[in-house]
Amino acid sequence: MGRILIIAEHDGNELNPSTARCVSCAAEFSGLDCDIAVLAKDGQRICEQAATLDGVSNVVRVDNDANEHALAAIHAPQIAKLAEKYSHLFGPSTTFGKDLMPRVAALLGVAQVSDIMSVISHYSFQRPIFAGNAIVTVETPAQDKVVATVRTASYQAAAGGGSATIELRVLDVELPSHTRYRSTSGSNGGGRPDLQSASVVISGGRGLGSEKNFALIYQLADRLGAAVGASRAAVDAGYIANDHQVGQTGQIISPDLYIAIGISGAIQHITGIKDASTIVAINKDADAPIFEIADIGLVGDLFTIIPELELLL
Amino acid sequence: MGKILVCLKRAVDYNVRIRVKPDGSGVITDGVKMSVNPFDEIALEEALRIREKGETDEVVVVSIGTDACQQQLRTGLAMGADRAIQVRTEHSLEPLDVARILVRIVETEKPDLILLGKQAIDGDNNQTGQMLAALWGRPQATFVSELKLSGTTATAVREVDAGLETIEFDLPAVITSDLRLNEPRYVKMPDIMKAKRKPLATTDLEELDITPETRIKVVKTDSPPARQKGKMVADAAELVAELKQRDLA
Ligand SMILES: Cc1cc2nc3c(=O)[nH]c(=O)nc-3n(C[C@H](O)[C@H](O)[C@H](O)COP(=O)(O)OP(=O)(O)OC[C@H]3O[C@@H](n4cnc5c(N)ncnc54)[C@H](O)[C@@H]3O)c2cc1C
Repeated sequence: MGRILIIAEHDGNELNPSTARCVSCAAEFSGLDCDIAVLAKDGQRICEQAATLDGVSNVVRVDNDANEHALAAIHAPQIAKLAEKYSHLFGPSTTFGKDLMPRVAALLGVAQVSDIMSVISHYSFQRPIFAGNAIVTVETPAQDKVVATVRTASYQAAAGGGSATIELRVLDVELPSHTRYRSTSGSNGGGRPDLQSASVVISGGRGLGSEKNFALIYQLADRLGAAVGASRAAVDAGYIANDHQVGQTGQIISPDLYIAIGISGAIQHITGIKDASTIVAINKDADAPIFEIADIGLVGDLFTIIPELELLL
Repeated sequence: MGKILVCLKRAVDYNVRIRVKPDGSGVITDGVKMSVNPFDEIALEEALRIREKGETDEVVVVSIGTDACQQQLRTGLAMGADRAIQVRTEHSLEPLDVARILVRIVETEKPDLILLGKQAIDGDNNQTGQMLAALWGRPQATFVSELKLSGTTATAVREVDAGLETIEFDLPAVITSDLRLNEPRYVKMPDIMKAKRKPLATTDLEELDITPETRIKVVKTDSPPARQKGKMVADAAELVAELKQRDLA
């Protein structure tokens, strides 16, 4: 029998909700216990948060000054060391997990399964390819460890209320010094909910026309308590920062309500929103492909419609 | 300084609407337009710009696959690469084997930098660069939107979920490109002619003494559950009414 290890994503202070989504994926592996590894400079607080996730047996705390920032080259050898006791190693399919898990897999000499969206058995999974235009069912060899990323949009966050034990581990692993963290600059969404956990997301596209006009999206988002997203074209044009991009190369999200305004609906954008419960599209072009997948569509000029919505909502 | 290696994958063009075969055995690729994976094209553009700034002497493009991938290598040469290497194989390879092959190339070519796309838009794996860096024991900078070289080190800005992260690392290193790293140049007709005379060396996979394995077996390919076209509303008021009815506003 095996055991699952999830690598926690965090910013040194807070456990990222992507970890709780991985725990829900792990719950689909009947009979396998699930642990969480927290690599941090001082992991106390993160470990306490991880220990409350329902379904987690053990939280493995690995403190090291070198773990202050999540650098794959530094995390990977430590995780490869922890891997000895485990049959399955999971990270979220966020930029954190995508950067890290292939490096772990290669150190272990095994393949990686990217973006698990459903679990068929301990060694069989479904995952999207071609920007989600096809879904493959794959099988991995039972003698190999399964290293994988979990498609976070496919899973709800595990509930709290658990009480896992926290175990301190000191790892005797040589860590490289060839990669050094410098800084992170984020737009932080101006105090708005973040894309991954928001129940409502409002996105703007090239149709907004300028950074100044993009304020219309923020205003509407604030009215609804929504997170703000964007198409690649809007990010490329400088209307909004990159961490708001939704799609194949941005974030894959699964809100209850997604409102796309001035977005044409390219497949790379649709990939990021397919898991939304309800999609609303506002576009002046009645033939825009976004209407093919929208649950509610409204053809018209966003510059008249947004102010009207603000009054009505 | 020396040399940059850029990996180019032959992939279904990003404009093609992918369809799953009715028998679930894969996707339809017959007669479909093939191109250089767009992220790899961006990687190559970056390497060319580095050479144009005088920060490297040579840009070498590598592709692994059947002779059909020579077409993508020629595109790379037409964009401006100096020479090309094809590793010839009929196998469809998993990222781990691609990384193993690239390590062999790295051992002989000894580049200062390897640039590749952060993912190929067919398998969407997003693994090869990271695996190569691990096997090679060198730094990785993934999802890069800005790259600066300074002697034996480099600085990269990475597009991460939290925003933009800056890291510094020693060379040689592996870089995977994100979309905003640059906008690739268009290939001009005379360059295509010139590319025909540039060197393209072919090595058979067997010569590298690597036996590819199928670790991840694809059992079945399905179409994703389709979202249905929904309801059209006439104006903002009707939209809000509809949202209220669905308990969404
Ligand atoms: C490899 C690759 C990866 C990619 N990844 C992503 C990704 O992750 N996310 C992403 O979004 N894109 C991605 N793209 C880009 C994608 O192909 C599209 O180019 C992009 O999504 C288009 O953005 P848009 O819809 O805002 O712009 P456009 O396609 O230009 O659409 C603008 C829309 O606004 C409408 N409009 C204009 N004015 C008004 C008005 N006054 N009122 C109402 N409507 C108006 C127009 O009718 C039009 O439909 C990727 C592309 C590639 C090649």
